[in-house]
Amino acid sequence: MQVTININGREVTRETEPRQLLVHFIRETPGLTGTHWGCDTSNCGACVVLMDGQPIKSCTTLAAMCEGHEIRTVEALEVDGQLDPVQQGFHELHALHCGFCTPGMLMTSRALLDENPDPTDHEIRTAISGAICRCTGYKNIVAAVRWAAEHEAATRQEI
Amino acid sequence: MATLENLPSPSQERPIGFGRLKRKEDARFIRGQGTYLDDIRLPGMVHGAVLRSPYAHAKILSIDTSAALAHPGVAAVVTAKDLETLGLAWMPTISYDTQAVLAGDKVRFQGQEVAFVIATDEYTARDALALIDVEYEPLPAVVNARKALDPDAPLIRDDKDGQLDNLASPTWEAGDEVATDRAFAEADTIVTRDIIYPRCHPAPLETCGMIADFNPETGQLDIYNGNQAPNVHRTVYAHVAGLAEHMIRIRTGDIGGGFGNKVPVYPGYVCAIAGSIVAGVPVKWIEDRSENLMSTGFARDYVMHADMCAKDGKITGLRVDVIADHGAFDSTAQPTKFPAGFFHICCGSYDLQASHVKVKAVYTNKAPGGVAYRCSFRITEAVYLVERMVNALALEMGVDQIDLRMRSFIAPEQFPYETTTGWTYDSGNYAETMKVAMDIAGYEDLRREQAEKRQRGELMGIGVSFFTEGVGAGPRKHMDILGMSMNDGADLRVHPSGRAVVSISAQTQGQGHETTFAQIVAEELGIPPESIEVRHGDTDRTPYGLGTYGSRSTPVSGAAVAVVSRKVRDKARLIAATMLETRPEDLAWEKGRWYVKGDPEQGAMIEQIAAYAYSGEPMPEGLEGGLDGQVIYDPPNLTYPYGAYIAVVDIDPDTAQVTVRRFIAVDDCGVRINPMIVDGQIHGGLAEGVGIALMELISFDEEGNCLNSSFMDYLIPTALECPDFELGETVTPCPHHPLGAKGVGESPNVGSPPAIVNAVIDALHQTHGVDHIDMPCNPARVWAAMQGRPEPPQ
Amino acid sequence: MQTPAPFEYERATSVEGAMASLQRLGSEARIIAGGHSLLPMMKLRLAQPEHLIDINDLIELSYIRQVENEIRIGALTRHVELLKSELLARHFPLFADAEQVIADPVVRNRGTIGGSLCQADAAEDLSAVCSAVKAKVVIRSADGERVVAMDEFHIGPYMTAVGDGEMLTEIRLPLRAGGGSAHEKVERRAGDWAIAAASAAIWIDGGTIADVGLALSAVGPTTVQVARAEELLRGTSPSEELFAQAGQIASEDCSPSADGRGPVDYKRHLAGVLAGRALRRATTRALRGEA
Repeated sequence: MQVTININGREVTRETEPRQLLVHFIRETPGLTGTHWGCDTSNCGACVVLMDGQPIKSCTTLAAMCEGHEIRTVEALEVDGQLDPVQQGFHELHALHCGFCTPGMLMTSRALLDENPDPTDHEIRTAISGAICRCTGYKNIVAAVRWAAEHEAATRQEI
Repeated sequence: MATLENLPSPSQERPIGFGRLKRKEDARFIRGQGTYLDDIRLPGMVHGAVLRSPYAHAKILSIDTSAALAHPGVAAVVTAKDLETLGLAWMPTISYDTQAVLAGDKVRFQGQEVAFVIATDEYTARDALALIDVEYEPLPAVVNARKALDPDAPLIRDDKDGQLDNLASPTWEAGDEVATDRAFAEADTIVTRDIIYPRCHPAPLETCGMIADFNPETGQLDIYNGNQAPNVHRTVYAHVAGLAEHMIRIRTGDIGGGFGNKVPVYPGYVCAIAGSIVAGVPVKWIEDRSENLMSTGFARDYVMHADMCAKDGKITGLRVDVIADHGAFDSTAQPTKFPAGFFHICCGSYDLQASHVKVKAVYTNKAPGGVAYRCSFRITEAVYLVERMVNALALEMGVDQIDLRMRSFIAPEQFPYETTTGWTYDSGNYAETMKVAMDIAGYEDLRREQAEKRQRGELMGIGVSFFTEGVGAGPRKHMDILGMSMNDGADLRVHPSGRAVVSISAQTQGQGHETTFAQIVAEELGIPPESIEVRHGDTDRTPYGLGTYGSRSTPVSGAAVAVVSRKVRDKARLIAATMLETRPEDLAWEKGRWYVKGDPEQGAMIEQIAAYAYSGEPMPEGLEGGLDGQVIYDPPNLTYPYGAYIAVVDIDPDTAQVTVRRFIAVDDCGVRINPMIVDGQIHGGLAEGVGIALMELISFDEEGNCLNSSFMDYLIPTALECPDFELGETVTPCPHHPLGAKGVGESPNVGSPPAIVNAVIDALHQTHGVDHIDMPCNPARVWAAMQGRPEPPQ
Repeated sequence: MQTPAPFEYERATSVEGAMASLQRLGSEARIIAGGHSLLPMMKLRLAQPEHLIDINDLIELSYIRQVENEIRIGALTRHVELLKSELLARHFPLFADAEQVIADPVVRNRGTIGGSLCQADAAEDLSAVCSAVKAKVVIRSADGERVVAMDEFHIGPYMTAVGDGEMLTEIRLPLRAGGGSAHEKVERRAGDWAIAAASAAIWIDGGTIADVGLALSAVGPTTVQVARAEELLRGTSPSEELFAQAGQIASEDCSPSADGRGPVDYKRHLAGVLAGRALRRATTRALRGEA
């Protein structure tokens, strides 16, 4: 079947089987291998992308189900050479080691801050509780999301 | 909490040398631009999938692949018969055992590889698996290590000539049995415990896999495979496949975590290589999560019996008897001469009178492995044992768990210290580190809080562990893997522009080598880290070395980089003397520059020296042009990092749920090259320790079915189970490492489980009489212990 | 990674269309909404439906609204909406209790109440929640609709009263005065299925328990409605002693099996503890007028 999905603002059309998972559809789009997979049971969160602004697990979504929706991946976070504050925060606070969970963590964190610009540490931990990081022990991820929240607040104040 | 205000200042952020330098590798990862195995697509590439055994132990009567072969899109189905013709049906393990690549005679664990399908895409390859018809005759399975040597136990390894029982390796001993018996005879207190360190799994977030690309025209085999020791893997493939070693190139790309799981060679890799040789096109094979948990290298699975004794308030002796469960094939990771790895470091941080350790290994119908899950070859088991035993002894003696440790520590003036099992600890001041941890924790206040809560019927526990690790294997006179010395190479080239490339044989899986190793060169040569490229993960472009596991990167490879940098600096001095028309001995070094003693204005920057070295100007007598060097580093000893950990847990008295409320970790890993990365490593290992102590478990039913074959049942802690770790440090430099550094990556995983388990027991001892519990301390198991019937994990 | 077997896919554009497809395709067709129960089963190839009917476009099935003396929840309503609903928080706070511990926030963005109930997994939380509040469900087919009480909805493990050609469209929660409710769960780790969970709803009229609902997750082949405890409590004044007795009954009347989450005796113990806790909290809420 033919499936068209808006990925990062671009219409991507491909002939595919109905059973193709969204994560594969995205990863087969040139340049978009930032969305990873780490389990088969929607437990790890490495595959998280935004669908109409909401984080979802792309390993547990059929590509066909996403036609007509907007998908946003890690590759779209940086705009015109300007890193998203969550990306910057992860770098500043050493919130990544191997980098494999990072895209999912970044997208989950981005969605959290879009909904709740000033989350507590516990709210951050809850928001990322559907994503496993095997490297960082989460401490620096929580700090990085706080950094991004404060940085965004500071930027808003400047404006 | 980090705020904009307390971020490091710009000068701290960009150190030329050691310091909290932000990581160079982040740039690609935060943009989703890393290159992990599944991100690589080669022209003409096909996909492999492995058919696995549903039985733990069964004869294979027949395999019919015809329906799978007829399925559209399937290129080939490979079975043991096909591999036999290629001589690839069996492969060596890293412990000199053999392992079936594809099972031909019988299957020996659930999830064992039986057939390999190659198809146009992954979906089709997996469809075809269901079309392979295998007829099995189930056999009774051996699941319990304690029963593996029963006379009526079914024989698992009937493929091995002369193997008449399930003994995987004969009893191995360390220490002095007679002296230990004497220590126990003289002791005033003795405790005994049966302690299990259950089977768990490193479960890196990226599973294992390979792309093999064999070119029949040239005989070149290109391998893409995220593994922790690419040079060793290449040597193994050369032996296994009979290919010329120099015609094999392994590129790791970025690796999504390893933690020991990506040290071994797995059957799927050999299948991918065989598939590419047969099909003549690149073959990609990547396991799914269940395959990762069910078939690749597990960790631990030590069944231990121990006695510990004390005299006059001080620990004096330890006696340990271990049955090691190695699964169906002995592929435990360890240096050749150490069949129980470094387990005999279980005498711990204490000045004992004597100790004695016995370990024997058995085969069972469980997945093979025995990898070091963020661990230096069984040190995790050793530390768990000794720190649990010290806790048991303190309970028996009715003394505070820290007091007993303080009285029994090796004193600072005793270093270098020869342990009763033959290790030479390099340096330490244990009591000081313990005190720092107590201060951060507020130990006395915690004890008061605990007493108050007990009055109210609330359960709170405070657990302590103090570990000493031996990491950085190792000296070539003692250690090798498959006959290859555990040394590491480093090549350093300073280019005419003053920019440098350092090539290393260590292999990052997230440890930040591209940053840390550039900082070492920067510290030694004064070249800014951003001008130094760290090259790794490509056997064609790096020197030989044994890779990254056992916390060996900084102790061995880091030392190699320091030594090669100094070699280049020494050469630069000779060149600078010629440039400055003076004698080398009249020059002094400051970071980045040789200058004339007594006339500091007169000098040459390293960049200027590099430009000169490649120019047409005359070189010093007898010296070749260029500014580069290479070394192979042979460490004189292991490094011995240590640490004091304190866990605070709360237990719901009704539901038995354990919450780790606080965790204090004070590590001494000598000199810290990048404290930010060191802290990050500690955070990560502590989270794994929380997981192992509370929830991570690979278990089996009586038929040998794996009960934890997905992330729904192999539980890894989320952000909600991990406390906000509190770190501290002391710095006792390593006397024999060129930078004074020790390894650290694994310390937190090694040290944290006993602290948490000791805390659980501390919470329950007075009120419920609990004096032992095995991991994982999940609600059901803690509740059983509270009812007075702790049970070992299945 | 694991991949589903092939199937045909169609996207429903109306409830009537979906039901027509279900009727045409029979038992080989499955409805997919959030997909977080079905797709993992399909990836493991434990489920191999030949047709999937995607109802995600049927936004007319996504709502939480009050109609006279009922709250009606559309089957396509997602967990996140149940968690955030002020209407539910006001009348049935046990929904928020449960939703905070169902899977994880990302999964909750997709998973639906209809999917949860139709999966009919005894360990699933919303089934106990709906049972405790005496919910009814609406099952529609091309021939019309029927209303089924929760205790008749789950007819066995992974089996519901929804027949071929039918679909669950709505959950109805009767509103009564003096109510309070709570859900208590113990899990091995955040996001895990329950080791045991208890849902309680209680309606107090002038200091007397006019009605009560008590249901347990994960301690039987299906959701366990603890009828004997409900009978014990009805018509009495709430007290610690009664809650302890009700907990004891919950322990006795459930039928857990041993698995990786725990042995039978522990699960029975938890059923009692959690039943007591849920009743206590539900009562506190009822007496405070928090619903």
